[in-house]
Amino acid sequence: MDEKRLFISQSPHVRDNDRTQKMMFSVVLGLIPVWAAATYFFGFDSIRLVVLGAVAAMATEAVMQKIRRRPITISDGSALITGMLLGLSVPPTLPSWMIILGSVIAIIVGKQIFGGLGHNPFNPALVGRAFLVASFSSQMTMWTMPFDGITAATPLVNSGAYSLSQLFFGTAPGSLGETSIFAILLGGIFLFYRAVIDYRIPVGFLGTVAIFTALLGQDPVFHLLSGSLLFGAIYMATDPVSTPVTPRGRWIFGIGAGIILVVIRVWGALSGGLTYSLLLMNALTPLINRLTRPRIYGHGVKKNA
Amino acid sequence: MKERNFRGGVHPVGGKGLAADKPIQKHVVPETVVIPLQQNQCALAEPLVAKGDQVLLGQLIGKTVQAKSAAVHASVSGEVVAVEQRPNTNGHSVLSVVIKNDGQDKAVEVSGHPDPIQLSGAEILERIAAAGIVGLGGAGFPTAVKLDIPENAKIDYLLINGSECEPYLTADQRIMEECTDDVILGAKLMAKVCGAKKIVIAVEDNKPESIRRLTKQAGSNAIEVVTLATKYPAGGERQLIKSVLNREVPYDARPYQIGVLVQNVGTAWAVARTCLTGMPLIERVVTVSGPGIKEPANFMVRLGTQFKDLVAAAGGYVDEPGKVLAGGPMTGLAQFNLDVPVVKCTAGITVLPEDLVTYQEPLACIKCARCVDVCPAYLLPLRLEAYAMKDMWETADKYGAMDCIECGSCRYICPSKRDLLAWIRLAKHEITDAKQRQTS
Repeated sequence: MDEKRLFISQSPHVRDNDRTQKMMFSVVLGLIPVWAAATYFFGFDSIRLVVLGAVAAMATEAVMQKIRRRPITISDGSALITGMLLGLSVPPTLPSWMIILGSVIAIIVGKQIFGGLGHNPFNPALVGRAFLVASFSSQMTMWTMPFDGITAATPLVNSGAYSLSQLFFGTAPGSLGETSIFAILLGGIFLFYRAVIDYRIPVGFLGTVAIFTALLGQDPVFHLLSGSLLFGAIYMATDPVSTPVTPRGRWIFGIGAGIILVVIRVWGALSGGLTYSLLLMNALTPLINRLTRPRIYGHGVKKNA
Repeated sequence: MKERNFRGGVHPVGGKGLAADKPIQKHVVPETVVIPLQQNQCALAEPLVAKGDQVLLGQLIGKTVQAKSAAVHASVSGEVVAVEQRPNTNGHSVLSVVIKNDGQDKAVEVSGHPDPIQLSGAEILERIAAAGIVGLGGAGFPTAVKLDIPENAKIDYLLINGSECEPYLTADQRIMEECTDDVILGAKLMAKVCGAKKIVIAVEDNKPESIRRLTKQAGSNAIEVVTLATKYPAGGERQLIKSVLNREVPYDARPYQIGVLVQNVGTAWAVARTCLTGMPLIERVVTVSGPGIKEPANFMVRLGTQFKDLVAAAGGYVDEPGKVLAGGPMTGLAQFNLDVPVVKCTAGITVLPEDLVTYQEPLACIKCARCVDVCPAYLLPLRLEAYAMKDMWETADKYGAMDCIECGSCRYICPSKRDLLAWIRLAKHEITDAKQRQTS
C-alpha cells in the first residue's frame, strides 16, 4: 500500500459541533427579540444605545488586546454581547457619551484587566451598569413611557400604576430591554433550546423571588414581571464565566441572588436590585465552586471485604 | 422495559449503520502475521521460539512469566522468520514473533469438550489461562486473572458487557447476533468459575436485534438481558455497574470487592469457543469502518494480521485518510504505521477522513461547565485542566485527577475545543511519578 500521511493525536478523535463562537452568537440572536421590542416601544433611542454600546465595547476590547499584545479576539462575540446587554439595560434617554463610557469601563475594568474572556470574576455588562448607576444616578433612572417619551416612574416605584398585561407586553416604562417580558421569554426559550443557558440559575433566581415576596405578603407575579429581574435572570445571571460551574453551585447562585434582590427591593433605597444582587453573587462564585465540589464517583462508598 | 442509565456521558455520532448489517466474514489468512509478545495491559511474555523454527496453528509461542500476563499462540502454521521489535498499536515497539504462513493451517493437537458446562470451575479457569484469553473489549486484561478472585470474595453478579458504546464499532453486535449461543455459554462458564449467582447481559438500546436474540436464548437459562440507554461511555466498567446495579465501585477497589465482575461479550464468545474446541485464542472479530473506509465490514481475523491487509480488504480509503485508529474514535489510538498488527484487544479499525480531523484552535475556557455535566466520574475537568497547566499536581490530585477514566467526554463536548483530557492525562502521569518518587 502506498504511504499516506496520517494525523496523530490523543483520543478522543471526534468532537461536538458546537463552538464557543456559535454559543456567543446564539446569545446575540437570543437578544434580537428583546432589541426588536425595545425599538418598537422606544424608537431610534434603542438602536442608538445598543449600537453605540456594542461598537464601543468591541473597539475597547480590540484596543486593550493591542495594548496587552494579545491576539485580537473580538470575532468571538463576547464583547458584542457585553455592549448589547449594557445598551439594553439603560433607560432610553441616556446620553450617547454615557453609554460609550459605560461600555469602555465594562470592558476595561470588568474584563480586560483580569485577562480577558474567561477570566473576569464579574459580569462585564453589570460592571458597566453599576458604574453608570453610581455615576449618573439621575440619568440612569430617567424613565419614559413607551411610544410617547413622557417621563414616568417605573412600576417598581409606583407599583399600582400599571396592569400586568402592560408589564407583560412591555408598554410600561423601564430600561430598553427589560420592559417586554414576552420578548425576553421568547429569547430565553431559544437560548434554553440551544443549550446556551442552564435552567438552574434562572429557575432558582425567579423561584426564590416568587417565594420570598409571597412570604412577605407582596404580589410575586408583579415582582417577577417588573423591573429588570427577568431580563437579568435570563441574560445576565446565566453568564457562564462569572457564575458557578457545579450543578449545586448554580442553584445556590440563583437562590442567593433572589434573596439579595428581594432584600434590596423591599428594604433598600435602590429601586432595581438586580445589578447588585448579581455582582455580589459573582463575587461569591469562587467560594461557591469550592464548597459545592461534586462527590467523585467511587468516593464515600464502601467495599464488601 | 426500564432503560438503565448513568449520570454524565455524551452522544457522539454513532455511525453504527456503516457496518452493523455486515455479517462476520472470514478474512483471508495473511501471508505474514506479526504477533506481539505483549498484548496491551499484560506483562511481556517470554518467547519460546526462535528464527527458523516451524510452528503449528495454536502452538504456544510466548509463555507467561508474571501473574499479569497471558499466553501467546501462533495464529498460523509456518516458519518463524523473525523474533524482533516491531511497531505495535500502542505506539511503541514490542518484541514480536513474525511468522510466514505456509498456508496449511496445520494445528496442534487440541482437546475440546462437547459440553463444557460439565467441567469444574478450576478446569474452565485452566483452559481460559492456557488459551491466553484477555478482555476483548479493549483493555486487554488477562481474563483468567480477572476471574481468579480471592477465596473470601463473593460474586453476586457477572455482568456481560454488550454495550459497545464506541461509535462505528460493531464487532460485539455481530457476535451477539451471530454467535448468541456462544455468548450465553461463555457467560455461564465464567459464572461457574467466579461463582456468580446471577448473570446480567447489558446491551445499548441501539441494538434491538442483539437484545431480542439474547433474550430469546437467555429465557431458558435464567440469564437477564437488560437495556442500556445509548450513551458513551455506557460500557465503561464503572459506569456499567452504576447503570445496571446502581452500585458504585469504591475509588480504591476493584469491582469484585463489591461483588461484581464485568466481562465483555467478545470475551464470553472466546471462552466458549476455547472450551468447546480446545483451540487457544488465535482469532477475533474486527470491525473495519468509519466514514473514511470504502466498504465497512466485520472480519474474523487471525491475530497478528496487519492493519494494511484489513484496510485493503475493506476496499481501501474513501479519498485521503486523516486518521487510522486502533479502536473507535472516542478511545482509539491513532496509528502512523499500518504495519501494526491486530492484537487480542483490537475491536476495530476506524478510518476518519481528513475533513473530520482538522485541528481546531482552542479558545479561552468560558466555564460553561459542559465538561462538568458530561463527566461520568463526576469530576470538574475544567479545574483539572487549569491546575495541570499551572503544574499544580497536588491540587489536581486533590480534585480527583486519578479518578479520571480517560473516556474523553470532556474534550468531546468542549465548545472552546480545549484539550482537557490531554492535560488531565499529564496530571495523572505527574501524580503517579511523584508518588513513586516518594515511596522509593
